[in-house]
Amino acid sequence: MDRVAIIGASMTQFGHRDAWIRELLADAGAAALEDAGIDGGGVDHLYVSNMASGEFEGQTGVMNALAHDLGALGAYTQRVDQTSASGGAGLYAAWQSIASGASDLTLLVGGEKMTHEPTAVATDVIASLTHPEEYKHGVTLPSFAGLTARLYLEQYDAPRESLADIAVKNHRNGVDNPHAQFRKAVSRETVLESPIVADPLRLYDFCPITDGSAALVLTTESRAREMDVDYVTIAGIGGATDTHVVHERTDPTTMRGVAESSAEAYEMADVEPSDIDLAELHDMFTILEVLQLEDLGFYEEGTGWRAAVDGDTHRDGTLPVNTSGGLKSKGHPLGASGIAQVYELYVQLLGRAGDRQVDADRGLACNVGGFGNCVTTTILEVSG
Amino acid sequence: MSLEAARCEDGHLHMPEHPVCPECGGAVVDTVDLSDRTGTVVTWTTSTATPPGVRQPNHLAIVAFEVDGEPVRTLGQLTTGAVEIGSEVKPVYVEELRDPEAGIRHPDSQTWDGYRFEPVD
Repeated sequence: MDRVAIIGASMTQFGHRDAWIRELLADAGAAALEDAGIDGGGVDHLYVSNMASGEFEGQTGVMNALAHDLGALGAYTQRVDQTSASGGAGLYAAWQSIASGASDLTLLVGGEKMTHEPTAVATDVIASLTHPEEYKHGVTLPSFAGLTARLYLEQYDAPRESLADIAVKNHRNGVDNPHAQFRKAVSRETVLESPIVADPLRLYDFCPITDGSAALVLTTESRAREMDVDYVTIAGIGGATDTHVVHERTDPTTMRGVAESSAEAYEMADVEPSDIDLAELHDMFTILEVLQLEDLGFYEEGTGWRAAVDGDTHRDGTLPVNTSGGLKSKGHPLGASGIAQVYELYVQLLGRAGDRQVDADRGLACNVGGFGNCVTTTILEVSG
Repeated sequence: MSLEAARCEDGHLHMPEHPVCPECGGAVVDTVDLSDRTGTVVTWTTSTATPPGVRQPNHLAIVAFEVDGEPVRTLGQLTTGAVEIGSEVKPVYVEELRDPEAGIRHPDSQTWDGYRFEPVD
């Protein structure tokens, strides 16, 4: 089967931006098309990953707005919302469009504009994904992280410092990413002494609220070869769903959506976890990086906390994780995050990652929505 | 007001109620009131960054109950942050768990009363 290839990619500056959602999406879309050497008129399908432009700024219909702004009139357009996993879900839709033959060239753009709202309001927009019986208690996504982290640390007798080491690692990586929201290294002490947000987790265990966008251009591998452009291929992709109500999971420290979506991706790519050279994981909270390391099959249950402590997941380790800085330091504009993860793999696999370059031929991205409610896992490869 | 778990035709319990049993897909045939029972804290947190209309700090727990050997869990506010994993707690009725007018959710789209959990001495 002809594989799906990514022939262009972009991400914009993450952080506090003056631009609103239409401009953020158009900037990333135009940059990815330019990277691929395509103009808007060549786009057959256009997907926009976005969680809440209506709730955040009162702008709906963003896919149509983007098609017009990029000169992609005539293209089939669709907005994809899977909350924090909208980027991964958009990639799944974009991959399907090429793999099925419905589209010869697909543009995927993700973005979110959030920082104009106070943190409490942005937190509430995100918390609106919960069940009414959860929402009425004032549950937030960070509070799910606190609940899960306490249980994990107690269940596996893991030291609190092990979570801090993930924040330290990802902040260190972010220093070398020019698009990152935070380009500042932090110490373990800074993390452990920062204000409590959801006990036992503190401010530095959480990603920030972010504006930003990212984009990918997809076609078939055979067309990519004909075009004579640099490209990476989607070797495997899978998506899965866990419970909507978080307390209904038998073990809250196991992310079933991660396990099931990655099983599909590994099978399609015909590889094992040990074949992966680098990974971009959804570290919206430090504890999530640990749980994903375990449920993606890199570590046994209850041992993922050792990875950052021992240095395995550092940039010079055996499995570099979040060389981009992760959501933690790069920032987390909801709809853009899953696409920015793949952007990082794209530049790493093509040797364009500059100061943060690692040696890698195969990378994995895991994009998580809710508290593991919806998950997409993607495996990318570069051919020799 | 009761704290209701749904029971399916095969005897599995779940809460909140879904149209079919999440464990086996069976039909819901009955409900069990947990408001007079005690449960156990599975895990808990104190959230200090709360959304509009939510008390600050907000103590929250996942609480496990067992009814005739059948387990069921729920999530709710705690009356205090002075609990531990494994603490025994009992439900206490509260008319308004958060201000229905302050958040993004439409006030009429759901109920706002329910149960907090209080440690049993």
